[in-house]
Amino acid sequence: MEFTSKGIYCRLADVYLDPWRPVKKALISHGHADHARWGHQNYITQQDNVPILKHRLGAISITGVPYGATFVINNVKFSFHPSGHVLGAAQIRVEHLGEVWVFTGDFKIKSDGITPPFEPVRCHTFITECTFGIPVFNWPNPRQVHDQINQWWATNKNQGKTSLLIGYSLGKAQRLLHYLDPNIGTIYTHNAVGKMSQVMEDKIKFPKYSILTPETTKKDLAGCLVLAPPAAAEGAWLKKLGPYSSGFASGWMLTRGARRRRAIDQSFVLSDHADWPGLLAAVEATQCQNVITTHGYTDIFAQYLREKGWNARTEKTDYEGEVLETDKETAL
Amino acid sequence: MIAFSNLIQQLDSTNKTNDKVQALCAYFQNTPHQDALWTIALLSHRRPSRPITTTLMREWAAEVAGLPLWLFEESYHIVGDLAETIALVVPESQIQHKDPPALSDIMEEIIALKGQQEATKKKYIIDQWQSLNALQRFTFNKLLTGGFRIGISQKLMTRALAQALDMEENHIAHRLMGQWTPQTTTFDQLLRNPNPEDLLSKPYPFCLAHALQEAPQKLGNTTDWIVENKWDGMRGQLIIRKNKWYCWSRGEELISDKFPEFEAFLSLPDGTVLDGEILPFKNGKIQNFALLQKRIGRKNISAKLLKDAPVIFMIYDLLEWQGTDLRGQPTRQRRELLEEMFAQYKNSALPWQLSQALPSTSWEAITVERQKATEKHSEGLMLKKASAPYGVGRKKGDWWKWKSDPLTIDAVLTYAMRGHGRRTNLYTDYTFGLWQGDVLVTFAKAYSGLTDEEFRKVDAFVKKNTQDRFGPVRQVTPQLVFEIAFEGIAPSTRHKSGVAVRFPRILRWRHDKKIEDANTVDDLKALLVP
Repeated sequence: MEFTSKGIYCRLADVYLDPWRPVKKALISHGHADHARWGHQNYITQQDNVPILKHRLGAISITGVPYGATFVINNVKFSFHPSGHVLGAAQIRVEHLGEVWVFTGDFKIKSDGITPPFEPVRCHTFITECTFGIPVFNWPNPRQVHDQINQWWATNKNQGKTSLLIGYSLGKAQRLLHYLDPNIGTIYTHNAVGKMSQVMEDKIKFPKYSILTPETTKKDLAGCLVLAPPAAAEGAWLKKLGPYSSGFASGWMLTRGARRRRAIDQSFVLSDHADWPGLLAAVEATQCQNVITTHGYTDIFAQYLREKGWNARTEKTDYEGEVLETDKETAL
Repeated sequence: MIAFSNLIQQLDSTNKTNDKVQALCAYFQNTPHQDALWTIALLSHRRPSRPITTTLMREWAAEVAGLPLWLFEESYHIVGDLAETIALVVPESQIQHKDPPALSDIMEEIIALKGQQEATKKKYIIDQWQSLNALQRFTFNKLLTGGFRIGISQKLMTRALAQALDMEENHIAHRLMGQWTPQTTTFDQLLRNPNPEDLLSKPYPFCLAHALQEAPQKLGNTTDWIVENKWDGMRGQLIIRKNKWYCWSRGEELISDKFPEFEAFLSLPDGTVLDGEILPFKNGKIQNFALLQKRIGRKNISAKLLKDAPVIFMIYDLLEWQGTDLRGQPTRQRRELLEEMFAQYKNSALPWQLSQALPSTSWEAITVERQKATEKHSEGLMLKKASAPYGVGRKKGDWWKWKSDPLTIDAVLTYAMRGHGRRTNLYTDYTFGLWQGDVLVTFAKAYSGLTDEEFRKVDAFVKKNTQDRFGPVRQVTPQLVFEIAFEGIAPSTRHKSGVAVRFPRILRWRHDKKIEDANTVDDLKALLVP
């Protein structure tokens, strides 16, 4: 396995893992835009990710493989294993002559209840993200966070306010939607969120929701909850909400600085990435000797692992992890 | 402690002024007086001095969290706030206080800590960390290290107190002035039944100016305005009452000790309060601000220092005369009284001058005065509405500062550090260099002046173009040029460039310039006023 200007490359099989430049054959860990890019000739991915990629990228040549099934390309064995990140997300295991590499893509350890949970895979070299790879990140119990969100919505409704809940349209939004309590009121989604949720409807149970249309009126929305992606958190359409309170769900909301940078009313600490203890637990569980950090606080995390006895290094990639700023998310 | 922590969280989580005032008002109404008094003190920068260094706090936090110190430091630079970093890394304990102590108790414990052995301090602080929850731990750390930065101005707190106590804002503002601490007064004594003796020394709240952003013509008739120079010194209020005198800074510090020559003002009648600017003044001329800094910085004011760095009080307002509070009178009337008074005592050889009202027949004439400001060691002009009373705090519309255009120079971005507060985790603190031969010599640091969007772009540039790292500092490939504005400039032996600039900030990003087009150190030196 080598790191090239196009992506993580397996020369023997002539395939790339999550390449960021167009290639002939790409193994894709999950559907987020920084991992699944335009323009490859052939996509191979976990089968639940197929409809997501088709929805995002349109007509592409794509093959779906179930979790755990091994496929061989030129004597190199590949398989996908749950990474717990979002629906269809996989760690990619690569084996040749008994040498095993695992690439995490993005992952989280704690089950979110809607995605197959992270499965530790033994390997020699663990190529890992570390978006939240500093010790300040310790996630609160997600159950409590979902309760907070429902309480916030109920309070807003009592005060005659609409609730604008913001989360990425792929993954976070469905996780939020799944746990919303429809007894509180009506749920609306922004178009991008609604369309993506429809793609996953046969895999994830959702409460009843409607997609916002140009015909939806201020009156319809009063006291409702509107689920929207970060890119939609600004703009003229917000006037339609009437008096509203905004909430943003992200791992970054754990720090005050990030909360203050976004002018939002309420922050919820909820991430689809591993926190610090999660990252350490994942590395331990693989029983690996080598670690390569790809994105996040890569230098810091690698240095810490070196001190703890791993052979750890950093490689430069174009992955972004959980982005904080609104302008980064590609409109879906 | 619970109520105070919750208040801090409430204030921190809203940008809406009204919500803040309401939260504060409710807090003041429902909190025991001793805690409310401490809250007022903390929110008006009357924090007791730090019982321990932040270095020790960092070491102890890393130890308790089981982290190597470098990892704690890295985390701190990313989070951008020490109190918060500690709150986040210290593991949640099972044995939490059922009832955390009251704010006033904690504050007294912190004060008592000051003289203790280091081991005692360590035990106390770690005990607190482990027995409080994350929010309270954060608050506790802030109590130790100070500075809440939650967007609560003194004015906002005053408004909330006025609502809570059903008193007039003006009265509250006046009573909150001065050098009290929660140990020298009580809530009632401070706000409801002040001791007349205490009031004697208290300064009036300073009237503050807003920066003029639009064309001055929009202010209407020039005859409605009194125009003065904006002096480049230290704002002060001089009080002469009952044969005693007090000099206050704008930061509400009693600075009489620093300026013993002002004792001469005791020759003015009882019940005189002057508003003005303390200026370095030598050989009949106003001097550079740097000379005044010498005076402010010293603990002991020696005879030599008095001789080397003499000062005067440049008076521009009369707030009290012969015991009568004049603040309600229009500025024009106060000015007339001020000029009469100055004429009357002109021969008493006091260390003072009158800030002259400048000719204001037309905006053109005023513009000419503004251009002349720099040569008078003045920063520009002040425009004061002739019909307005002396306002409390920063009231928009009555006082405008119309500063001279800043000096500017084009410099190259050389180093970057992550910012603090809302810029946490973004590289927003920059160091700039000017050419000296083919070397870029550091000349200033600047943290402000770009839009959020621009900061994001520079942040991305820094991350992609890092050449070297020195702890939290990244050295970047010289490539970006910025126009840097600054107020004053003085020779300096402490700066590599040989020049110190005041209040440097980024004016704009010069996308059109290459690094070769940036200015040189010699260009900068050419701006020094002789």
